Amino acid sequence: MSEVLVLVDHVDGTVRKPTLELLTLARQLGEPSAVFIGSADQANAAAERLKAYGAEKVYAVDDAQTKGYLVAPKAEVLAQLAEKTSPAAIFIVSGYEGKEIAGRLAIKLGSGLITDAVDLAVDGGAPVFTQSVFAGNYTVTSKVKQGTPIATFKPNSAAPEEAAGAGTVEPFAATISDSAKKAQIVASQPRKATGRPELTEAAIVVSGGRGTGGNFEPIEGLADALGAAVGASRAAVDSGWMPHTFQVGQTGKTVSPQLYVANGISGAIQHRAGMQTSKTIVAVNKDEEAPIFELVDFGVVGDLHTVLPAATEEINKRKG
Amino acid sequence: MNIVVCVKYVPDATADRQFESDNTVDRVGVDGLLSELDEYAVEQALQLKEKAGDDTEVTALCVGPEKAVDAVRKALQMGADKGVLVSDEAVAGSDAVATSLVLAKAVEKLGSEKQVDLVVCGMASTDGSMSVVPAMLAERLDLPQVTFASVIETQGDQVRVKRDGDTATEVIGGTMPLVLSVTDQSGEARYPSFKGIMAAKKKPLDTWALSDLGVDAGEVGLDAAWSEVLETAARPPRTAGEIVKDEDGSGATALAEFLASKKFI
Ligand SMILES: Cc1cc2nc3c(=O)[nH]c(=O)nc-3n(C[C@H](O)[C@H](O)[C@H](O)COP(=O)(O)OP(=O)(O)OC[C@H]3O[C@@H](n4cnc5c(N)ncnc54)[C@H](O)[C@@H]3O)c2cc1C
Ligand SMILES: Nc1ncnc2c1ncn2[C@@H]1O[C@H](COP(=O)(O)O)[C@@H](O)[C@H]1O
Repeated sequence: MSEVLVLVDHVDGTVRKPTLELLTLARQLGEPSAVFIGSADQANAAAERLKAYGAEKVYAVDDAQTKGYLVAPKAEVLAQLAEKTSPAAIFIVSGYEGKEIAGRLAIKLGSGLITDAVDLAVDGGAPVFTQSVFAGNYTVTSKVKQGTPIATFKPNSAAPEEAAGAGTVEPFAATISDSAKKAQIVASQPRKATGRPELTEAAIVVSGGRGTGGNFEPIEGLADALGAAVGASRAAVDSGWMPHTFQVGQTGKTVSPQLYVANGISGAIQHRAGMQTSKTIVAVNKDEEAPIFELVDFGVVGDLHTVLPAATEEINKRKG
Repeated sequence: MNIVVCVKYVPDATADRQFESDNTVDRVGVDGLLSELDEYAVEQALQLKEKAGDDTEVTALCVGPEKAVDAVRKALQMGADKGVLVSDEAVAGSDAVATSLVLAKAVEKLGSEKQVDLVVCGMASTDGSMSVVPAMLAERLDLPQVTFASVIETQGDQVRVKRDGDTATEVIGGTMPLVLSVTDQSGEARYPSFKGIMAAKKKPLDTWALSDLGVDAGEVGLDAAWSEVLETAARPPRTAGEIVKDEDGSGATALAEFLASKKFI
């Protein structure tokens, strides 16, 4: 069976959940090989986790010389590994960085590229990707016609399933060109932990919009009662009430949780683009004509400032 | 400075976007416009020109159908100095890989007399939303990419930007020439003024075919695309949900009840 290269998305060696999803998907197609670009001492710990989700091999690529540069070195690493292993496909997590690595890699390898896939099927040994396009209004299936199929998958594309792999760690020494070292990461400020689940990975997201009037307490209260991540519309971000990293939508994060609760959000097309594929959608809005109500499984026409605290209290009571 | 800003002509997101029978995006039957996210790119290009205050020239470059000239014209109305539309029957149905090839060749042609210092792109096209063309352009032109910028600063040929990455906020630096892409956090785009609209009518606007760029028709278009859409299906409309009016706290109870029934509590 051919290898499927999966680029590991991690923070200081801690493997993020979407990578485990990709390993799970990759098993449909071949033998998952994780590509870990990071410091050598982090690789072994990461390998344990990757192995538990089916990685047969873990290519450990030391980034001591390249971590200060943006995107391009990672694309070179993958291109060289692809030359070496002739993989059945290369999977990367969607995100700014993942998509850009994939873009550069596609040109280097002369390969077709699919971005923001949400599911995978295998047809005659070849991968078929499902994507959700036009703000989630259409579902399309695509395949790659030329070269090694490269795909980026959105978080939550699969439920990670454990499966013991061999997890053999193989150091890989890539040669990084000078031209890949031309965009420097001058400074990096890791995001502050919120103590809540990661927005794109959360099973439940509770969001607030302009209707909060800048008071996110009711949103955060409900989120905590449900163990949810907090999100925001662009109007709330533009008003300076929430940092941009909380924005859901076309120019923010795309989320696809089990439950999305939109509060004081009208439901503009750009907001829908980031949440329309959520399994269950709930909205609280005082305007019964708000377009968000076209999407909901359950809606409350009312003032979020009274409905949410009361609902939170009721939920906490039920939880006992 | 010589700045090229890449502007895409896209179907209006608020209209009913659809596919052709060959599964390509319908770019003709639906009203189109300059991709809103590329307005931010035009804005930043113009601000850099204004800051430089010298003979800096901004060229708006678009690859698209004939109608796409509207996108170029809008950029000229906003203040770009000249426009180029690359339009050719053979380009229809191109994927990002082929589009980036055509854009790269056009940038090279634009730089044949005077080097292009900056290629400015939007963060994503509002139709495909791939966010890959700027990285592909950088790869093809062998230039550094300084992408997803929310704040842009330049000093001479040095560029520094703020990038809200996936797990960290970063400062990225590079030396021109480079490819820059900007987000919608970079600052509101200006509206064309009446003066701008009048002035745009006199600005140079060229249309190039593939042959002007030395690109072989067989390298682009639907048949040459490296990826293929097999099927498209409109998402089934969501079944109408239950909507209740909050009266004296009934909304909160009903909401908790619903969440419990779905086992979220
Ligand atoms: C290029 C582009 C990209 C964009 N990208 C994004 C994006 O990524 N994400 C995004 O969200 N938007 C995005 N937008 C903006 C989008 O078009 C909308 O402007 C935005 O989503 C509106 O936010 P909102 O729903 O919070 O505000 P509004 O549209 O102002 O809606 C506020 C809602 O709150 C309700 N309300 C008011 N008070 C209360 C109350 N006390 N209780 C309950 N309800 C109340 C009102 O009835 C109303 O429905 C983008 C726009 C453009 C042009
Ligand atoms: N056909 C095109 N013509 C001009 N610029 C384009 C075209 N396609 C993409 N771009 C540029 O590349 C950016 C990202 O596009 P995409 O990768 O398609 O999301 C856009 O914001 C534009 O600046």
